[in-house]
Amino acid sequence: MAEPLLRTIGLRKSFGEREVLRGIDLSVAPGERIAILGASGSGKSTFLRCLNFMEIPTAGSVELGGRMLGAERKRRDGGIDRVYAEPELTRVRQRVGMVFQQFNLFPHMTALENVMEGLRTVKGVKAPAARERAMAELARVGLADHAEQYPARLSGGQKQRVAIARALAMDPELLLFDEPTSALDPELVGEVLGVIRSLAEEGRTMLLVTHELGFAYHVATRVIFIADGEIHESGTPDEVLKHPQRERTQAFLARHREFSL
Amino acid sequence: MYRWDFLPVLANADLLLQGLVNTLAVTGTALAFGIPLGLALALARLSGRRWLAWPAGFVIEFFRTTPPLVQLFWFFFALPVLIRVEMTPFMAAALTFSIQSAAFFAEVFRGGIVSIERGQWEAARALGMTPPQSMRRIILPQAVKRMIPAFMERAIELMKTTTLVATVSYADLLFQANEIAQKTFRPLEVFTVAAGIYFTVILLFSLMARQLERRLAVSGESTVH
Repeated sequence: MAEPLLRTIGLRKSFGEREVLRGIDLSVAPGERIAILGASGSGKSTFLRCLNFMEIPTAGSVELGGRMLGAERKRRDGGIDRVYAEPELTRVRQRVGMVFQQFNLFPHMTALENVMEGLRTVKGVKAPAARERAMAELARVGLADHAEQYPARLSGGQKQRVAIARALAMDPELLLFDEPTSALDPELVGEVLGVIRSLAEEGRTMLLVTHELGFAYHVATRVIFIADGEIHESGTPDEVLKHPQRERTQAFLARHREFSL
Repeated sequence: MYRWDFLPVLANADLLLQGLVNTLAVTGTALAFGIPLGLALALARLSGRRWLAWPAGFVIEFFRTTPPLVQLFWFFFALPVLIRVEMTPFMAAALTFSIQSAAFFAEVFRGGIVSIERGQWEAARALGMTPPQSMRRIILPQAVKRMIPAFMERAIELMKTTTLVATVSYADLLFQANEIAQKTFRPLEVFTVAAGIYFTVILLFSLMARQLERRLAVSGESTVH
């Protein structure tokens, strides 16, 4: 097996007294597409957000490209904490793209400017080259003709596709999708999933927190089910979604299928 | 029945005009220094670093809570005694109102900045922007747009507060009006005209600010309704 692109070892996260992640070990090989399922409050979004350090893990470690991130610091009680310096996190985030549930487009910029922003400000690309690249990314998500529109004039599905183009323009090695279709009207879900599927077909490495079980089944190479801040069950889509072994996975899937046709 | 006679005022129009120029000079100077200084104070207060946040907070609260007249007297009379500087009425006025308006603008900036949704910070950071880049490129441009009404309110308040400079013999519009009133024995007419000038100038600025808001509203979210 190829060297993992990303690895977490005993990843934990607490918010005050509440322990949301209780030690997650996950290894992501290049080209893998991992769907992360779980009930709300299970910690699945928090896990994803720890991978690009939108949340700083409380304990455990993250390796990216074989290098462990952060530095050790001895605690007074003799234990060891990992601390993360802002410049390192900034570099990590350039390699790990994220697409948010609420899109989070920059409302004061056009679609094109949104996609150009990271290239211009972070990578220092000159305007003409950044524009060309951004247009190519907008074309890839089918929005070349909306380049000059402000986000307020775009539908939810279009906004999310711009957000995907914005992340792609940075050439991330890994893409994180945090419930990318949960804020969309049902009839707009398809266009966004279509874009994500086309990225999957290109062989991009991605982690996807989603409630779209059918999509996970068809697009993911691996499915993990998180419950109470731990990986409860993991395997191929067929194993986890069709033949779940553990009771909580079965109950979760049953609840999701209750009202399907 | 009082008989209004504006002719004496008209005869002294040049003095009033000179006063208006002086009023605008103090207001303009205070804005030119107060806005950048206010932004710096707001950023210091929000920085999360105590050695920056606390002094900034002290300056802001001190100048917001003490009467501007006292501040003006302090800069005009006390400062020259303490550090041996020559203080002209204009310098004292410019200094007082620059710092005083900076304190108020700092709070306007702070309010605007903290009103921007967390998701905007996250999206900027997720692209790999540093915190200063996120602030400059993503947060501030949106915050400034939301601040325009509050900002305009402060600017108007500032222009009216500058009438205090007459107390240190700075010949602003109100000072000149007072002079003319004593000279012509026509205080009603003079002060009515002076009020009319304040009204006109401030209304003009107000309309310009609304125009600006409209122009900035192209992206669809704005404070104009």
